[in-house]
Amino acid sequence: MSHRPITEDDLNGFIDETLDARRRAEIVAYLEAHPDMAKRVAGMCAQRDMLRAALAPVAEEPLPPELDLARLAEVQRRPTQRPRWAAAAAAIALVVLGGAGGWSLRGLSQTPREGVAALAHEALASYAVYAPDRVRPVEIRADDRAQLVDWVSQRLGRPITVPDLSGSEYRFMGGRIVATAHGPAALFMYDDDKGSRLVMLARPMAVDANAAMARHSDGGVSGFSWSDNGLGYSLVGARPADALHPLADAARRQIRGSA
Amino acid sequence: MEDMVRLIEPLIPALRRYARGLLRDRAAADDLVQDCLERAIGRWHQRRADGDPRTWIFTILHNLAMTRLRRSATRPRHVGLDEADAGGLAVSARQEDGLCYRELLATLAQLPDEQRTVLLLVTVEELSYGETAKVLDIPVGTVMSRLSRARERLLRMMSDEARPQPGRPYLRSVK
Repeated sequence: MSHRPITEDDLNGFIDETLDARRRAEIVAYLEAHPDMAKRVAGMCAQRDMLRAALAPVAEEPLPPELDLARLAEVQRRPTQRPRWAAAAAAIALVVLGGAGGWSLRGLSQTPREGVAALAHEALASYAVYAPDRVRPVEIRADDRAQLVDWVSQRLGRPITVPDLSGSEYRFMGGRIVATAHGPAALFMYDDDKGSRLVMLARPMAVDANAAMARHSDGGVSGFSWSDNGLGYSLVGARPADALHPLADAARRQIRGSA
Repeated sequence: MEDMVRLIEPLIPALRRYARGLLRDRAAADDLVQDCLERAIGRWHQRRADGDPRTWIFTILHNLAMTRLRRSATRPRHVGLDEADAGGLAVSARQEDGLCYRELLATLAQLPDEQRTVLLLVTVEELSYGETAKVLDIPVGTVMSRLSRARERLLRMMSDEARPQPGRPYLRSVK
């Protein structure tokens, strides 16, 4: 006879047939000596069989076409249609007067506390942390764009648009929520074939609810920040400001178009 | 992507079965599975190559199901026994079996989600306790205790619910 006490885990193991032969024999002996317990275990075995039988026909049903895996994979592989604005962005790039009319954000090292200057600083900090990350640069990948949009829109308390830079050499990688001194911000990341990355940060603006686009740079990293209707954006990357500017303009145009 | 189709496709019937067991409604369950497959395609390259595809895909499905159930406010759109869409539930060729199964699934739906999920994964999907723990992201010990509670409770509900059962034998878990 067994010296180990019989436990609920043993009874589960007995019902699920995971016990070795010896332990199983011990349980059988125990149940023979305890009819009440035997009745209960028998009831649970019957319950298992009935659950299996009740749901078995589902697995026998022919698959509906919506669940054709090869077809679903094919749909995802197909490149999404290039948005109309992309052509417009290319045109804009030709006529943009680099930086004219913008203002410079000086002294970013002083950590501005409010407005677009603060946003620019936060975007630089996020870029420095997440852009070099090779393990998990984004929390939700571009494949789950809808989920990402739902998430950030919920956290920021208003609908957020992911600017699509695919008219340029940059592809959308995905995004995450990041912490700022002004609450949660949405971070979107883009990369090109050479692995260079851009970060776009978006968050609600209590100060500078509507601000013209501002250029800023710090070391080799430059960025453009602006706000519209209380939502601020900052696009940052290790690119010359003049190369980044048309992308920022395209993004702003696209966001305005979707608002 | 070809190995994805090769490894995941055979699991789709089981995914549908699990989703149906949780949501009961055929269209809602298949929507969930489709959502799951789309995510799986997108994340296929992110998964660990040595990982078990079944545990992996069930984890995705389970998390989606929990989000769906939480979002549908209270219970999973409580389907009464009489109004339950006959096509949504498995109905056996033999009528009395069918009724019996529908009653069982309706009763199952009354269990807390954390108990139903364990019971379905272990008994119907025949995942090991360890695999179930992985899918649910909980310790194996928790799987075992939820399983015991689920079995006990379903048994009690399926037996004559009105009559109290004094002196029901019960063993304590020994750690």
